[in-house]
Amino acid sequence: MDLLTPELGLFVWTLIAFLAVFFILRKFAWKPILNSLSERETGIAESIAAAERVKKEMGQMKAENEALMVTAREERTAMLKEAKEMKDRIVNEAKEQAKADANKIIADANQQIHQQKMAALTDVKNEIGKLSVEVAEKILRKNLSTTEDHGQYVNMLAEEIKLN
Amino acid sequence: MSSRRFFSSLGLAIALSVGVSNIALAQHEESAPHSEATAHEAEGHGEAAESKKFNASEVIFGHVGDSHEWHFFTAGHTHATLPLPVIAYSEAKGLQVFSSSKFGHFHHGVVGGKPGQVSESYEGMHLERGMTEKLVADDGSKVYDFSITKNVLSMLISVGLLLWIMLSVAAKYKKNGVMTAPKGMQNAMEPVINFIKDEVAKPNLGHKYKRYMPLLLTIFFFIWINNMLGLLPGGANFTGNVAVTACLALISFIVMIASANKHFWGHLLNPPGVPLGIKFLLVPIEIISLFIKPIALIIRLFANILAGHIVILSVISMIFIFGGLSKVAGWGFAPVSMAFTIFMFFLELMVAAIQAFIFTNLTAVFVGQAIEEAHHHDHDAEDYHPEHPVTGQEYNTSENEIIA
Repeated sequence: MDLLTPELGLFVWTLIAFLAVFFILRKFAWKPILNSLSERETGIAESIAAAERVKKEMGQMKAENEALMVTAREERTAMLKEAKEMKDRIVNEAKEQAKADANKIIADANQQIHQQKMAALTDVKNEIGKLSVEVAEKILRKNLSTTEDHGQYVNMLAEEIKLN
Repeated sequence: MSSRRFFSSLGLAIALSVGVSNIALAQHEESAPHSEATAHEAEGHGEAAESKKFNASEVIFGHVGDSHEWHFFTAGHTHATLPLPVIAYSEAKGLQVFSSSKFGHFHHGVVGGKPGQVSESYEGMHLERGMTEKLVADDGSKVYDFSITKNVLSMLISVGLLLWIMLSVAAKYKKNGVMTAPKGMQNAMEPVINFIKDEVAKPNLGHKYKRYMPLLLTIFFFIWINNMLGLLPGGANFTGNVAVTACLALISFIVMIASANKHFWGHLLNPPGVPLGIKFLLVPIEIISLFIKPIALIIRLFANILAGHIVILSVISMIFIFGGLSKVAGWGFAPVSMAFTIFMFFLELMVAAIQAFIFTNLTAVFVGQAIEEAHHHDHDAEDYHPEHPVTGQEYNTSENEIIA
């Protein structure tokens, strides 16, 4: 069958054209295209790897931040506690001081009152002594003649004392 | 992959079965008109009377065969034909170049013992049109025909188109850099190139796939674009010509033989672990199978495309065959024929891509067999990691430079 017999001319032309296309495309099309595609593939793979790495780093940073926050919180609590303790201590100290001061003032005052009282009592005692001496003097001076007179006189003296 | 193979084999089966039945039909039709035509010629007004009678086999084989002129259509007595350059070499006259229009009109004659058409003689040679068209010397001496025939011109057009597309795509990659989104034709070609790389080259050729990529891509796009251009009305049946597929298969075969390694030849010529007696049986079979591979490539592509063209033309011709019986039958059959033709065109569009893919894939398979390393101590392959170890993204290693 003629259709199954290859024609030499067409065969030769096809061979020439195919080889020409092959060499031209290999140099000017396939190499740049394939290189670009593989470059892109590597680029994408690298980008994904980089993204993955950044994600991991972000996670790490987040964990670090959280740890930092926890520490900060703990520190704050500790500081607050310390401050409260300090305040309490200061207040207590102040209270005690105040109490001590007050006690001291009271003690001073008591002492003074006592002193004053003692001084007043001494004065009274002295006065009484003096009066007793005067009364005795007057009695003695009058020379008591009678008992009656004597009695009268004592009463009168007593009245005098009362008047005083 | 399996579904693709299934569809291609299905398409092939349909195309072949319908094609064969239609060839039979066409040949059956052949006998009657020819005898009638010769009868007319005897009466002396063959041309005019013959043009009225529709000859399906002449139309079909006129299309699927090669031609020294590009015939587009005939309206009445006007033939819209592009004459093509004839380049002939004979030992007696050397190289001759002239236009095919010099051969003038064809007349009825006898070609190879059968009725055919013979052109006028020019420079001691003429064209004979039987099932195919041939350049023959008047005195019967040997003439080598290197004419730019319809098929050659069609191929040159598609080659130009292919170069233009691929070079502009390559230029776009250079201009826009790699990390920008592909646009236009670049966007259309990129998945196809990636498909050849990931589905054809990598599975079959392993870690050496890179050096065969240019060959596989060229074969694929060369066949595909020629298949597609052949489907255009008035287009040539380029990839359905056995010379073309033989040329392509020869290239695949040479690449396969040239890249075959010791392991391949060892298994072919001295299969290990086989008794001596069996070797005498096995080695010839292995050698035959080696040569059957390119023959399978030749026939698969050629038969598929040829069958597709014949089916489409047969279905269209049926309108005119019925029209020859009666006008009503012709018009009545036209919608049926058109529906089937449209279906066939879609099928052929699929076949165009599938056959290009199959040819490329089989080339990759054959080369892959030839470069396959011995399995038991293959440390290179063990070290090869086609994927990024962290992301799982596939990427190329640059260990192999592109050489073929």
